[in-house]
Amino acid sequence: MSLTVERNPSESLARALLSQGVSRRDFMKFCTAMTAVLALPVRYTPRIAQALETAVRPPVIWLNFQDCAGNSESFLRANHPTVSELVLDILSIDYQEVIMAAAGHYAEENRLNTMREYKGKYIVVVEGAIPLADDGIYCVIGGHTAIDILKETAKDAAAVITAGTCSAYGGIPAAAPNPTGAVGVRDVLNNVPLINMPGCPMNVQNLTALIVHYMTFNSLPAVDHEGRPLFAYGSRIHDDCERRAHFDAGQFVEEWGDEAHRKGWCLYKMGCKGPQTAHNCSMVRWNDGMSWPVGAGHGCVGCSEPHFWDTMGGLYERLPHVQLPVGAEVTASQLGAGIVGLAAAGIATHAVASGIRAKLDPIDREVTKVEEKMP
Amino acid sequence: MATQPVLRGRSADITAAGVPAGRIYVWEIPVRLTHWVNALSIVMLSFTGYYIARPYLAISPQETYSHFFMGYIRFTHFLFGYIFLASLILRTYWAFVGNQWASWRALIPFVTPEGRGLFRQSVEFYFFARREPPVVLGHNALAGFTYAIIVTLYFIQVFTGFALLGLSDPGGFWHTMTGWVFSLVHMQWIRVIHHVVMWLLIAFALQHIYVAFLIDAEESNGLISSILTGYKFIVPERHKHTDLHAPAQAEHGPDNVTAQLTTATATQPSDPRSPSA
Repeated sequence: MSLTVERNPSESLARALLSQGVSRRDFMKFCTAMTAVLALPVRYTPRIAQALETAVRPPVIWLNFQDCAGNSESFLRANHPTVSELVLDILSIDYQEVIMAAAGHYAEENRLNTMREYKGKYIVVVEGAIPLADDGIYCVIGGHTAIDILKETAKDAAAVITAGTCSAYGGIPAAAPNPTGAVGVRDVLNNVPLINMPGCPMNVQNLTALIVHYMTFNSLPAVDHEGRPLFAYGSRIHDDCERRAHFDAGQFVEEWGDEAHRKGWCLYKMGCKGPQTAHNCSMVRWNDGMSWPVGAGHGCVGCSEPHFWDTMGGLYERLPHVQLPVGAEVTASQLGAGIVGLAAAGIATHAVASGIRAKLDPIDREVTKVEEKMP
Repeated sequence: MATQPVLRGRSADITAAGVPAGRIYVWEIPVRLTHWVNALSIVMLSFTGYYIARPYLAISPQETYSHFFMGYIRFTHFLFGYIFLASLILRTYWAFVGNQWASWRALIPFVTPEGRGLFRQSVEFYFFARREPPVVLGHNALAGFTYAIIVTLYFIQVFTGFALLGLSDPGGFWHTMTGWVFSLVHMQWIRVIHHVVMWLLIAFALQHIYVAFLIDAEESNGLISSILTGYKFIVPERHKHTDLHAPAQAEHGPDNVTAQLTTATATQPSDPRSPSA
């Protein structure tokens, strides 16, 4: 009936791990990996291990709104630890539409039970944008709109975490012309601690590290001006990129499949948004550290930045186009070169006209005479 | 300032027209210095900046340890960014302590009736409705207003440039000083602004050089050499309608002289050559 019946959230992780047959060695490897993701010194590993062993697992309510379940998929592909460990042991996921067994009224009951029993202690993870247009009717679950569900659930939460760009900033549902009036969580919630974990999808390593941080230090990590944890979004992809040496050398891929592309040169001219994107993809990578987009030969698309769909110049240009009042779309360089061209044409016209004026109506000054009169 | 002689040497003579002939020290050293530092910086920043936006030179396919071309280009861009900023700071300071022709007041000619009159005369000159440019020693009113726009563009360009530089060092000085702007304007539009302003400044540079030649030819006052030497020449013929008659006034210092010149020009009934007269 309810998932919480099988899993007692008050059970400590140490006992849960033991019952799952996870070895002490694997557990310490996981703690070390989390220390690295959190950008903490290695001496914090024992502290994290201790905290995870003794801390009570935080109950989690995972809300899905205007999304593609991509962040749920990313979540299910967690490798450190494996999905079952993560779902069953580190977190106590009490409500997750994609994977929960309960359905209908029972599922909603789980959510309400957790909110009641762990008032002020549970964590809300939000996936997907929240539509506001037409009273929010473009996303309705169990007869309630997304905005109502979010406000009701987040009211007594210890913290709200946005998983993915859609819930952080509105993402693709909020891209122009945004017919449903989609917004991110930060646009509708203002009195709850909020952590943004943008990305399309967010990297589950970072979400796991965030939870570990919360359990270890009993606080949320330091964030930047976009509300993103600094450990994951504190530097640009470009500055830690494995192809960076080719950027500094001036060696660029000119077209897909050319010699430079085969050699792994910089993808800057192919529209890579690494210089525009704050994320730790180039260090943590994806799929158990196996690879990541730039490593696989495609430029970064800037998916974890606000308004990325409208401002990142599509996938293959570095800058967005400028919409002119006359209806045309031009690049910054076309616009600028046009301005210079107009200026040059105006100058040439004026110069010719001034030359004609000087011929027809010369200024007759007796400058020479004046100088001759000088003693 | 009043102790500085306006008219130097033998040039402090009074011509037959009753107007002092000779040269006047208009552009002080910081004005000329920042002018040329700005010019050099804009050229260097435009070339390096264009390369950073669009790296058009092919680099030989050797190992990366033997090449650092983009690195040097970016270094040069940042270096001249700092030099340009230093120049702007010096020029801004000098706009408050320098002589009257260096003053910030030249940027807003509209606030005085004289300025408005001179501005109208300048526009008329450029649109061929008036034969001679207005008689001024410093910037003409239209040029002053143009520089107000250009200085604004300078500051926009420096600000966006250092904001983008700050992205590579989150939490650093520039990021702390400028990072807030990204909450107001998306980083990508900051980039577009940085690119477009470069083109606007190039368009200005073309216009600036053309007008310098044009006014030099029309005024015959040594305008172009003045930004090297600091001196402009008084053309007595042009100033014969002004009140610059008495030698005593010439000794009062530049403030007095130019006050006389500008007032006289603004109140002057009309230029005999002007079609509007």
